[in-house]
Amino acid sequence: MKLVTAIIKPFKLDDVREALSEIGVQGITVTEVKGFGRQKGHTELYRGAEYVVDFLPKVKIDVAIDDKDLDRVIEAITKAANTGKIGDGKIFVVNLEQAIRIRTGETDTDAI
Amino acid sequence: MTLRKFAGLGALLSLVMPSLAMAADEVAAPVLNSGDTAWMLTATALVLFMTIPGLALFYGGMVRSKNILSVMMQCFAITGLISVLWVIYGYSIAFDTTGMEQGVVNFNSFFGGMGKAFLAGVTPASVTGPAALFPEAVFITFQMTFAIITPALIVGAFAERMKFSAMLIFMGVWFTLVYAPIAHMVWAGNGGLMWDWGVLDFAGGTVVHINAGIAGLVACLVLGKRKGFPTTPMAPHNLGYTLMGAAMLWVGWFGFNAGSAAAANGTAGMAMLVTQIATAAAALGWMLAEWLTHGKPSALGIASGVVAGLVAITPAAGTVGPMGALVIGLSAGVVCFFCATTLKRKMGYDDSLDAFGVHGIGGILGAILTGVFAAPSLGGFGTVTDIAAQVWIQCKGVGFTVIYTAIVTYIILKVLDAVMGLRVTEEEEAVGLDLAQHNERGYNL
Repeated sequence: MKLVTAIIKPFKLDDVREALSEIGVQGITVTEVKGFGRQKGHTELYRGAEYVVDFLPKVKIDVAIDDKDLDRVIEAITKAANTGKIGDGKIFVVNLEQAIRIRTGETDTDAI
Repeated sequence: MTLRKFAGLGALLSLVMPSLAMAADEVAAPVLNSGDTAWMLTATALVLFMTIPGLALFYGGMVRSKNILSVMMQCFAITGLISVLWVIYGYSIAFDTTGMEQGVVNFNSFFGGMGKAFLAGVTPASVTGPAALFPEAVFITFQMTFAIITPALIVGAFAERMKFSAMLIFMGVWFTLVYAPIAHMVWAGNGGLMWDWGVLDFAGGTVVHINAGIAGLVACLVLGKRKGFPTTPMAPHNLGYTLMGAAMLWVGWFGFNAGSAAAANGTAGMAMLVTQIATAAAALGWMLAEWLTHGKPSALGIASGVVAGLVAITPAAGTVGPMGALVIGLSAGVVCFFCATTLKRKMGYDDSLDAFGVHGIGGILGAILTGVFAAPSLGGFGTVTDIAAQVWIQCKGVGFTVIYTAIVTYIILKVLDAVMGLRVTEEEEAVGLDLAQHNERGYNL
């Protein structure tokens, strides 16, 4: 199993959710996060006072999937979240050791 | 006509109720006008509305979320304090005419006597008013609301760093030694220093805005910058509040300017019109100036432009015409934009919410342009025939007020600093004044 974590632009969340549903992903976890990458921050201007905002708002998506789905999930997220402009985000993949559905006690691939 | 109607009523009453008619006969000479009275009652409420909630919201939205209560609390506390001081001695210092004589400069040209202290002799039957008669009680309250908003405006200059206790004492002393005397010199009538000079200040450009703006500049210089200014981001935490506050100031200002006609008459009507024109022009002026120089028009910008226009038209409202108002408003928007943005950056002072940049500069600009556009040759309704001479008189008024206010404010602050300290500690400043000074926070989300 893999845990796929994607950091995307907030306005792309709906597109990514739809793309994942289409390829049969059963559930995702979404967190509002802030951070910076190569895009850096942006500036705000109040009565001529310029403030650099270092951390930009992003959305983090966590998806737990079966190994065999990994390529399709990566492709779906990449396609849906891509704007071609700087700041589109990143995808991280890590091995997932265990998964348990709390209600039934099912484990691993049955639980995701 | 109105007078006759009242006399008729008196005669009728004397037939029905002899005892009441006797009381009516005693005040028979000065009969108040109910139309003027109704308008002045309304205008008074409008001006109070400018400070609370208008100014409280305008300023409250511009500070960081940890300081919103401190700013609003300061507006409320000033409203309470000044109301009380006004009835004890403020009204008397400002408007008692004892010892005043046209053309004679004496102590009472600067400072009113104590004849009206504790509002001595004021009854429901007391009437006042140059253009029409309305109750003195209404005049006292109307002028009280001006005395309230002036110190409250200064709050913007030292926001986010002044101790509440020191602020309260400063405001009490400043009101006594600066506001009331300046109001007296400009508005008390023949024998008042600036009144005799011929300074035109219809609704308080000098008394309220230059006064507060200069005091604000001195205060922010004496207190010093906020910790981290100008490198740390100190973005306004709720510009929605600021826009609502600006809108309330705009509406309330009709009471301020049109109410300063002290009657429901043609002057009040024209004051209302020119107030709207100048404010609209200044809002557009600031917005466009910002759009051109910074690439985007901002909400804070247009709200600031609104206030700049309201300030600039204040001294002019009773004397300039609609086209004069257009010029005054437009120039106020552009000039105040420059002062609140570029000038402040260049000079490096930390006037947190631009009390000086908007009220000081807007007030000075408006006071001088009043001398220009009050002339009937430029569409004004004043008695100005020699524009250069009137502009010189206006400059004298501005200059005197700036110097007097700057010196006295500086002395008050230095003494207070030595006695009790003006600033909160560095730690308290970092925590925010809401928690540090008031033990509460504005947002428990």
